[in-house]
Amino acid sequence: MIDQIEKNLLKEIADLHGIPEGAYNIRKNGQTESRSENANVTIVTKTDKPGIDIYVKPGTTKQSIHIPVIISKSGLEEVVYNDFHIGQDAEVVIIAGCGIHNSGACASKHDGIHTFYLEKNAKVTYVEKHYGDGEGTGEKIMNPQTILYLGENAYLEMNTTQIKGVDSTDRITKATLEAGASVVVSEKIMTHGKQYARTEFQVDLNGEGSSAHVVSRSVAKDQSHQIFDSLINGNSKCAGHTECDAIVMDDATVSAIPRINANNVEAALVHEAVIGKIAGEQLIKFMTLGLSEKEAEEQIVSGFLK
Amino acid sequence: MRKMWYNGRRTNLYIGESPNGGTMLSLDRISFSVETEQGRKQILKDVSFTIDSPFTVITGPNGGGKSTLAKIISGIYTPDSGKIYFNGQDITDLGVTERARLGVSYAFQTPVRFKGITVSDILKIAAGKDLSVSEACECLSNVGLCARDYLDREINNSLSGGELKRIEIATVLARKTPLAVFDEPEAGIDLWSFGSLIKVFENMRDSVNGSIVIISHQERIMNIADKIVVISAGQVERQGTKDEILPYLFKHDSMCDALKGKV
Ligand SMILES: Nc1ncnc2c1ncn2[C@@H]1O[C@H](COP(=O)(O)OP(=O)(O)OP(=O)(O)O)[C@@H](O)[C@H]1O
Ligand SMILES: [Mg+2]
Repeated sequence: MIDQIEKNLLKEIADLHGIPEGAYNIRKNGQTESRSENANVTIVTKTDKPGIDIYVKPGTTKQSIHIPVIISKSGLEEVVYNDFHIGQDAEVVIIAGCGIHNSGACASKHDGIHTFYLEKNAKVTYVEKHYGDGEGTGEKIMNPQTILYLGENAYLEMNTTQIKGVDSTDRITKATLEAGASVVVSEKIMTHGKQYARTEFQVDLNGEGSSAHVVSRSVAKDQSHQIFDSLINGNSKCAGHTECDAIVMDDATVSAIPRINANNVEAALVHEAVIGKIAGEQLIKFMTLGLSEKEAEEQIVSGFLK
Repeated sequence: MRKMWYNGRRTNLYIGESPNGGTMLSLDRISFSVETEQGRKQILKDVSFTIDSPFTVITGPNGGGKSTLAKIISGIYTPDSGKIYFNGQDITDLGVTERARLGVSYAFQTPVRFKGITVSDILKIAAGKDLSVSEACECLSNVGLCARDYLDREINNSLSGGELKRIEIATVLARKTPLAVFDEPEAGIDLWSFGSLIKVFENMRDSVNGSIVIISHQERIMNIADKIVVISAGQVERQGTKDEILPYLFKHDSMCDALKGKV
């Protein structure tokens, strides 16, 4: 049974108000709570370690797969391995996410290791939301790893959001791309209090004509600390672009460590990083429209992370 | 947060009801300087004039101090000395937000760009409430933009200079305040739209019953002015009706060149 607190977690991470349409696997407090498969999507529990294998048949279209994880038991720590096998020409939307409600004093921790194998021409939109709440003092920790293997001409778009309540996160995203494949990553992070967030991207553009576009937008408030660490290896004729755009407020700190390696003369790689406080003229513009400085700040931050 | 700042108080701010007989804004011996590497630089010196008619145009050569004056009126800069009265109330010590809520609007010469803020977001903020599609449509069509194409556009570098300028004007129109200062609204607006822009100002004058101040180098805008103030080298060089000022402006050679350069 899913109770009210858990319902709220599901809503925050997956916009789910009830049972999702399409295939799904809901994991709750370390166990599969419910699952639904269909003709195109098969879900198999792993036998050697916690986690599942998800198989999407070649040529599948218009499918959504929800795989939310919720933890409402304080002190639960888990490492989960989910592997996605996406068949040739398949086109799917995968909605993952982790919500932790911690009302106790012990740390709750979910480390999700998601590996995607995209066959030729497969197309995936991967949405991931992280959310924490609960009145307890126990930390809410998430260390997600996303490993992407993109076959020829495959395409993956990944949207990750972590806006509230996660005390500590160490995120690793690695992608290997074959010819003509492309990956688009958009990350949004807001940290407050004493939170810590580190995100690391490593992209290997191996195939000719492959491309990567990684954009991270973040806001660091209070005494929180963020690290953005990205590495793109251009190993063939390819195009890579990473962008880190961070707003720093109060006593927060943000570091960006970008690296781009052109290992081929035809690799076109760009990195942009902008870190700074909210532009004074943006605040003033909104104040001339009648907002207080605080209200102006809120509007600018929420627009930035929208 | 999104409340109407005027909440039925708006009528109290109308020009005819101001305590000192119709003066919307009065600047009394305003001086302003900034610290530069070469020492203190005087930008405005003893500037005094009143805004008491529907249309006032402030003109004068580049670098004369017009935009600085607009920033002093809207509270972005604080004068070194002098007083500013709005409807008879001394607002010299009020901040930007307080003046905005009293009914002062300012359309920037160089519009500010944002990240993630859309045209529809800024119009809502400007209006102080959620706008219906038809209201938003009206705001934008006034400046010659189609709501369908622009409401969801982000106010960033993807907009052209002229589009940004039009949106800047639309936000001030959406506020419907008794005093609105437009800093070179015609800059970057194509000739084709220029006539409609003038109509917009005329409509605004009729519907809000307040005062519009336009900083401009354009003779066509000066032609609709009730009063023209010429600011040069940080001082009021001359002020009067358009019949008094226009002949002066266009026989004054150095000024003429400066104006021609802008048009
Ligand atoms: N923050 C500042 N620091 C130094 N000098 C400044 C500053 N702000 C304005 N000035 C100077 O003050 C003078 C007046 O500038 P202002 O922008 O008010 O002129 P303006 O009349 O609006 O000119 P334009 O017609 O070109 O818009 C200029 O010489 C400008 O360089
Ligand atoms: Mg100016």
